[in-house]
Amino acid sequence: MSDRKVIEVGDDSAAAGRPVEVRLGAWAWAKKNLFSTWYDALLTLTLGSLFVAFGWTLIRFLFTSDFEILRVNLALLMLGEFPRDQLWRPAVALILIAVLLGLMAGMGSASARDTAEQTGLPYQRSRPLAVLRRFWPVLVFVLVVLILTETVAPWLVAVSVFVAGVGSFPLGRALPGGVRKRGWLILIVIIAAIFLVLVGGGVGWDGWGGLHLNLFLTVAGLLLAFPLGLMLALGRRSTLPALRAMSVTYIEFIRGVPLITLLLLGQFVIGFFLPAGFRPGNVTRILIAITLFEAAYIAEVVRGGLQSVPSGQVEASQALGLAPWKTMRRIVLPQALRNTIPAMVGQFISLFKDTTLVIVVNMIDILGASQAANAQGSFLAQGLHRVTLPFVALAFWVGSYVMSREARRLEHKLGVGVR
Amino acid sequence: MSTATTKKVERPPFWRDLRVLRVLIQVFSVAVIGVILYVLWFNLTTNMRALGINTNFDFLTQPVGVSVTGSDISAGSAVWRALIVGVKNTFALAVVGIPLLTIIGVLVGVARLSSNWLVSKAATIYVETLRNIPPLLVILFAFFVGVLPLPDILEPAQIFDFAIITNRFIAVTGFSAAEGFGTFGWIMLVALVAAIFVWRWRTRVFVQTGEPHHRVLWSTGFLLLVAVIAYITLQGPFGLSKPVLEGRALSGGFSGLGGYFAMLIALVLYTASHVAEIVRGSILAVPRGQSEAANALALSGFQRLRFVVLPQSMRIAIPPTINQYLNFVKNTSLGIAVGYSEVTLIAFQAVGNGRPAPQMVLLLMAAYLLFSLTISFVVNVLNRRLQLVGRT
Repeated sequence: MSDRKVIEVGDDSAAAGRPVEVRLGAWAWAKKNLFSTWYDALLTLTLGSLFVAFGWTLIRFLFTSDFEILRVNLALLMLGEFPRDQLWRPAVALILIAVLLGLMAGMGSASARDTAEQTGLPYQRSRPLAVLRRFWPVLVFVLVVLILTETVAPWLVAVSVFVAGVGSFPLGRALPGGVRKRGWLILIVIIAAIFLVLVGGGVGWDGWGGLHLNLFLTVAGLLLAFPLGLMLALGRRSTLPALRAMSVTYIEFIRGVPLITLLLLGQFVIGFFLPAGFRPGNVTRILIAITLFEAAYIAEVVRGGLQSVPSGQVEASQALGLAPWKTMRRIVLPQALRNTIPAMVGQFISLFKDTTLVIVVNMIDILGASQAANAQGSFLAQGLHRVTLPFVALAFWVGSYVMSREARRLEHKLGVGVR
Repeated sequence: MSTATTKKVERPPFWRDLRVLRVLIQVFSVAVIGVILYVLWFNLTTNMRALGINTNFDFLTQPVGVSVTGSDISAGSAVWRALIVGVKNTFALAVVGIPLLTIIGVLVGVARLSSNWLVSKAATIYVETLRNIPPLLVILFAFFVGVLPLPDILEPAQIFDFAIITNRFIAVTGFSAAEGFGTFGWIMLVALVAAIFVWRWRTRVFVQTGEPHHRVLWSTGFLLLVAVIAYITLQGPFGLSKPVLEGRALSGGFSGLGGYFAMLIALVLYTASHVAEIVRGSILAVPRGQSEAANALALSGFQRLRFVVLPQSMRIAIPPTINQYLNFVKNTSLGIAVGYSEVTLIAFQAVGNGRPAPQMVLLLMAAYLLFSLTISFVVNVLNRRLQLVGRT
C-alpha cells in the first residue's frame, strides 16, 4: 500500500514542473507526524495522555465548579467601585469605542481598496469569517461575561456595541478620501468624547477599579508617555552630548529598576516632591509613576524605529535643503513611527499585563477585585482562587493574544524588517 | 595657501550659527532640567522637614520592626541587616530559577519546531498561554492553587523519610557537614582545576590525532574518582540530613518556604515561555542550508542541533535571553504579593513601620540598578566577543 498520491499521466502540475502537493491519508499523516520513530511514539503517547488528563480536568472544572463568586462580583471585577447609578457612562464609552474601531476599520478598508484601484493589484475584502477567526477570543470573553450576568442590561449594551461597531464600518468606508486624510481628527474627537463621558459629571477617576482601571491605566499611561518617550529617543540619538547623556541616564535608570519600585515611589514619595497642600489622588499618582516608567521603554521602541530609517533619507533631505527640524518632522519621523507600530503594540500588551501590579499599592484592579472577592464573608477560605484567577487570566489572555496576533499581522503588512 | 584666494568668510549672525546654537541648546536644556530637579529637591526636603522626617540614612541602624521567616531577623534587628537578608532571598530565587528557566525555555523552543505534531502543538499552547497572562497572576495562582492547598503544618505529608511537604514549607533530605568537610571542599576545588586540564588535554589529543576525545566522560569521571577516594580517606566528611518536624519547628535537610516555591515555579514557567520564543526565533534565523548541509553529512537529528544549529543560533539568542534573566530578577520583586521576603517586601514593610520612604525607595532602586547595570555590562562584553568577525 502506497501512501503517496499517484501522479496521473498528463497531470498539469507535474508536467509544468511545479511541486506536487502530496496529500496523506489520516493514518499516513499520523505515522509521519506522530510515530515516525520509537521515541517519537513514546513522546506522542506521553503527551497525548497528558492532554487527555488535562482536557478532562478542564471539563470537570467547567461543569462542577460553582461560579457563584464570579456572578456576585462581576460588576466589581469589571468596573470596581464605579458609582452604580452612573453605569451608563462606561456603557456609552464602550459604544463610542466600538464606533471608533468600526470607523477606523472602515477607513482602512477603503484606503486599501483605493490603493488597489490605483496600482491595479487584486484587492480582496476581508470576509466576516476571516474577521471572526482573528477576533474569536474577544467573542469568547464577552460571552463568558454575558453568561455570568444576572441582569439584562449587559446584554443590551453588548448588542448596541455590536450594532454600533458593525454599523460604523460601512460609514467609515463611505467617507470621501478628503475626510479620510483627516481621519486622525475624528479619532481625537471620539477619544475626547470617551474621556468626557467617563470623567465628566464629577465621577473622577480616583475611585476607578476592575478591568476598567487596567484598561484606563494602559491607554492613558501609553498616551501620556508617548511624547516624553519621543523626546527621550530624539535626545538619545542627538549629536549634542549633554542631551544624549541626560536621555541615556534617564532611560537606563528606569529600565534597570522594577515597576514596583516606581509604584512605591508613586504611592509614598511623589507627594513629597510636590508643593505642600497639593496632593493628587491615588490613581493620579500611580498614573504619574506608570508614565515615567513607560516613557523609557517607549523611547527605546522609538529609537529602534529611528534606526530603521536609512541614513540616505536624511542625506537626501539635507541635499534638498530642508532644515534639520523639517527633516525630522517630514522625512524621518513619519517613516520611523510607522515602523514602530508593531513594537508599540507589544509595549501596550506588556503594560496591560503590568497594570496588575497596582494591587501592591492597594488598588482594586481586576486582579485585586478577584482577591477581594475571596476575602468576602461568604467566599472566605474556600479555595475559590481556582475559579477567580482563571477568569482574570482569561481577560488578560484574550487582550494580549489578540493584540499580539494583530501586531504580527501588521508587521507582515508593513513589511517591517523586509524593506 | 595663499592669502589672495581666502576671502573673508562671513559668519552668520550668532542666532543662526550652528556652533553657537549647539552650545546654547545644551546650556538651556541642562538649565531647565537643573531647575526642575532643584524644585523637586527643594520640595522634598521642605516637605520632609515639615513632617519631621529625617533626610539622612541613619534609619538603617534602627530596628526594622518585622521578623523574617526563615532567617534570624526579628523585629529588633537593624534595617540594613534585614535588607541584606532580602537581597539574599532575591538571589536565592535567581540562582535556582535562571538555570531552570534556561533548560525549560530551550527545550520548549526546540519542541515548538519539532516534526512531531503533538509536541509542537503542546509547546505552542504552553508558550501562547503563559506569555499572555500577567506574571503576578501566575504567581498568585501558583501560591493560592498550588501551594496553599498542600497539607497543614500540623498534619504534614511525608514522603518516607525523604521529604516533608506542608503549605508553609517544603523540606527535602540534604547534606550535613561532618569532620573534615573543609578539607574535602579544598580537595574538590583542586580536583576541579585538574579536571579542566584533563578536558584540555583530551581536546588537544583530539585535535592532534583525531581519536575521539570523550572529554565530558574523562573529566567528570576524574572528578568523581577524586570525590570517592577523598570521601573514603576522610572517613565520611558529610552525611545525609533528614528533615525532622517537631511541632512547628523544622530541623535538618534543605527547606524552602511555600512562597519561595510559588514564586520559583511561576516565574520560571512565565519567563521560560519568553525564552522559548527567543530560542525558536534564533533557530529559525539560522539559514536552512546549514541544516540541509548537516543532513547531507549524515549527522543525526541530535548532532545536527548540537553541533550545527544551536551553536549558531546561540549567538543570536544570548543577548535577548540575558534580558529575560534581568526581567526574571526584576519580577522577583513581586514576592511582595505572596509574602516572600525578598528585598522589595522588606523595604515595603520597613516603610510601613515608619522608616522614611524616599530614602528607602532610593536604596531599593539603587540595589536593582546596580545589578541591572552589571548584567548589561556583561551582555555588552559578551556581545562584542560573540559577534562574527565580518569578512572584509
